[in-house]
Amino acid sequence: MTTPIDLALLADVQQLLFREAWLLDQQRFDDWLALYTEDATYWVPLEQQQASPLLTSSIIYDDRVLLEVRVRQYSHPRAHARRPLPRTCHQVSNVLLLEVQPDELRVASNLSVVEYRLERQRLWGALVEHRLRRGPQGWGIVSKRVDLVNAESELHGISFLL
Amino acid sequence: MSETPVFNPRALVQPDRVHHSVYSDPAIFELEMDRIFGRAWLLLGHESQIRETGSYFTTRMGRESVIVTRSASGRMQVLVNRCTHRGATLCQESKGSVNRFVCPYHGWSFNTDGSLQAVPVPQGYGSDPAKVFEKLSLKRAPRVESYRGFIFASMATEGPPLKEWMGHLASSFDDLVDRAPDGDIEIDGGVFKHVYDGNWKLVLENHLDGVHPNYVHISSVQAANAAPIPGTPEKYADISLRQMRQNGAPEPVWEAVGMWTTDWGHGFMGDYHSDSRLVVGLNNPVFQEYRRRLEARTGPAEADRILAVTRWNSIVYPNVSFMSQFRQVRIVHPLAVDKTVVYTYNIRLKGAPEEMFKDTVAFSNVVNGTASWVLTDDLEVYARVQQGLTARQPEWVVIARGVDADVPDEHGTLRGSTGTSEIFIRRQFGAWLHYMTQEGA
Repeated sequence: MTTPIDLALLADVQQLLFREAWLLDQQRFDDWLALYTEDATYWVPLEQQQASPLLTSSIIYDDRVLLEVRVRQYSHPRAHARRPLPRTCHQVSNVLLLEVQPDELRVASNLSVVEYRLERQRLWGALVEHRLRRGPQGWGIVSKRVDLVNAESELHGISFLL
Repeated sequence: MSETPVFNPRALVQPDRVHHSVYSDPAIFELEMDRIFGRAWLLLGHESQIRETGSYFTTRMGRESVIVTRSASGRMQVLVNRCTHRGATLCQESKGSVNRFVCPYHGWSFNTDGSLQAVPVPQGYGSDPAKVFEKLSLKRAPRVESYRGFIFASMATEGPPLKEWMGHLASSFDDLVDRAPDGDIEIDGGVFKHVYDGNWKLVLENHLDGVHPNYVHISSVQAANAAPIPGTPEKYADISLRQMRQNGAPEPVWEAVGMWTTDWGHGFMGDYHSDSRLVVGLNNPVFQEYRRRLEARTGPAEADRILAVTRWNSIVYPNVSFMSQFRQVRIVHPLAVDKTVVYTYNIRLKGAPEEMFKDTVAFSNVVNGTASWVLTDDLEVYARVQQGLTARQPEWVVIARGVDADVPDEHGTLRGSTGTSEIFIRRQFGAWLHYMTQEGA
């Protein structure tokens, strides 16, 4: 890398990504959603190198309205696949500033999640890309793309957020 | 086959109940793979997946991997994905295009029609190796037929022709394909492959069940009801919200749905859907443009007839559930007595506005998606049923709703007295019993 790294910026971004993971692991979903902008999208593609969320199915492709539905469902007493909620341990690593503009960032990271529910533990790995936008409250998440390494495999249901 | 059944299938299926072991006994499952999945017509895919010579896709018939090819002569072939030499799987890819399949073990190569092309060190096979090799073609499914472009195959050399076997259920495929302005469809847009810890029959017993949505899906119904009301202008979330909300329709709506069944265990829900219930409505510009294009091919009267068909899910027993309204096909693959994988496909109506394919994709995310609000609760309940049925008492599973009230209807169908009748499960077990009591493959 030829340009010097803005360590303060990197620290801010890392804190945001760590905080997102922490809120998910603490099951504080309303606080988690508050990290996202009103026009945010959250995308877990079904295919490697998937070009479009509109012309190919996705494991998740939510706008803000659908994310809110997802969060509401988590707290429903008869959300069968979510009672109990899966316990998760998100590990965020390899944080890389891909694109730095005054008010917009593109950030790559790697994600490992250990998920446990009802005697089954699963290990997930994913390549993640966040787009962040500077707002009055600091950086907000405009989009998150989570490419699971096993997105194309035969999978049991997924009832947690990556 | 000459094995003696270790049980009497007739003792397990009664008019209003079935024995729990049909879901949980591994020995019964093995016999099902032989007698049902080894005989019935199974949907494998669609001709749009193998338009070009040499193109192929792989899938399963029961638990067995097969390659569906368009061979050099232009014919469709269904080949068992197992080298005839020492047994290695020939093809690992889900789809592609080849001139030949080459075994990774000793390099035996096979033409796309399954015939053996070349073997290394052929002189080791006696004075007339060609004679040996002509018997070593890949095993082919003896019967392959297609209906409206959908490819079916059967591992039995004899049995009813596809059209006769489908009976009036074939009209659900007509409904799907007739809707395409160009008169043709194609599979595109990704494949969900969702696994559940339950018997393969459970998904087929769920897709025409109008009582479960208000219980299994109550959390997504209520979460979607609290979202902004879907409307004009149409927004991305609205397809998903409408479907989640629709699952909460009151009992009288489900009771009024039409439920038709045919011989061989097939069935469909009709009179369910008005185009305004789930899509944005008949005045939507996309729908208007679609209708204009459809009419250009069919004329207005035929377009009226096509669009007046209001089917929801159709089931072709034992491996398909599909629907024309949002153009989804789900293929059921048993893996073990208590494990099943369902592959779900999107269908594009050729000639329709691309916006409608986007609706198809959005709809698949909500009903077939591995992380969907809706499907995850279905998968959870299948696993709960499977777990429950390992208990040896009570012995029976009740499928009695609407029993003795079934109504013979047009086209040789038998109709449930109401939309929530369990007639479709009883008819599936009628077919089950028929397959399971026929000895010899």
